[in-house]
Amino acid sequence: MSESAFQIFVNALLANNFVLAMFLGLCPFLGVSGKLDTAFPMGVATTFVMLVASLCAYGLNLLLSAFHLEFLRLISYIVIIASSVQLVEMVLKKYSPALFRALGIYLPLITTNCAVLGVALFQTAREYDFVQSMVFSFGGGAGFTLALVLMASVRERLTLSNVPDLAQGTALSLMLAGILSLSFMGFAGLGG
Amino acid sequence: MTIANTPQTWDEFMEGVWKQNPTFVMILGMCPTLAVTVSAVNAISMGISTALVLIASCGLVSMMRNVTPKEVRIAVYIVIIATFVTAVDYAIQAISLALYDALGAFIQLIVVNCIILGRAEAHAAKNPPMPAMINAAGMGAGFTIGLLSLGVVREILGAGTLFGIGLFGAGFQPWVIMVLPPGGFFVLGAWLLFFAWLERRKLRKAIPLAEAAQHV
Repeated sequence: MSESAFQIFVNALLANNFVLAMFLGLCPFLGVSGKLDTAFPMGVATTFVMLVASLCAYGLNLLLSAFHLEFLRLISYIVIIASSVQLVEMVLKKYSPALFRALGIYLPLITTNCAVLGVALFQTAREYDFVQSMVFSFGGGAGFTLALVLMASVRERLTLSNVPDLAQGTALSLMLAGILSLSFMGFAGLGG
Repeated sequence: MTIANTPQTWDEFMEGVWKQNPTFVMILGMCPTLAVTVSAVNAISMGISTALVLIASCGLVSMMRNVTPKEVRIAVYIVIIATFVTAVDYAIQAISLALYDALGAFIQLIVVNCIILGRAEAHAAKNPPMPAMINAAGMGAGFTIGLLSLGVVREILGAGTLFGIGLFGAGFQPWVIMVLPPGGFFVLGAWLLFFAWLERRKLRKAIPLAEAAQHV
């Protein structure tokens, strides 16, 4: 792999934004983007889980490859992700109970966030080395947070504007996401 | 048993197809819905793979519902689902490598499709295997229909073809944007608008009819 760490980061953050270009993690993107106050912590929590999951997945993949057990990859990745979400939950509960309550149900749902599993699967498929994997997952997480924060800001403004009844709700969010995605396409080719 | 009672079985099946359609009503499983629907063939294969995993895992979850401890049930469901996804993943790889490349990581990402975990938790864990599998089949069919309605629109507008067959003459200028990521958001948004409009029209029609009935 000849990609430099910086290219991987820019690609994951902007040009191939996880949410807007690769369609990963859409459920929290549509679900939690109503308010800016919850969108940002959610993005940070997801980024943290991504980093932990990526680190574990990297080690695990070495182990599985050594024993030729590649068919167990998916099952073991998902178990690792579930445990790291549990870990984040316990850490948050101990050190920041307020944030823990604010995130509520969305915290355990990070387990089924396809962006997290996507990071683990893509870094394996692209054969990234250790540094590349970590940079990739950090860029992806930052891109996820960016998309979530942008979407939440636009939606907060929209609650004050006069929208036709028919388009209220998810249809409106999807149209918004489409326009955001359109503008993110302007970054294509940035990462070389 | 429920199986003898045909209307109820049919209702159970149709619930997923229409009333609780995972794509258009519950807005679940959005990631594969938008990512793989650039063509009708991809959409159908993704729908069928998801439906197979859904039926098999709901069946197994339902059979094991009395021996699964409550505290670890989510972990048990996830491992069951991941097992079936691995099987489907290898099966597709064996059947068609081209299809496997087109769907990419999204086959493995079926594991985290919220429809499957949602069905396992909300229905299969409380019902015997047969109704659980029928319900799952309905949901799978509904999901396939949802994917297909996106895939068809995006393929016709974005490439001017349907199932790979050209529809228009050489003069057709494809809307490339439709097969790019933003197109997915726009088409799904448009479908949701259409269904909202349909619902509205049905309501509006029902009211004058009721009034007319009163006058007669």
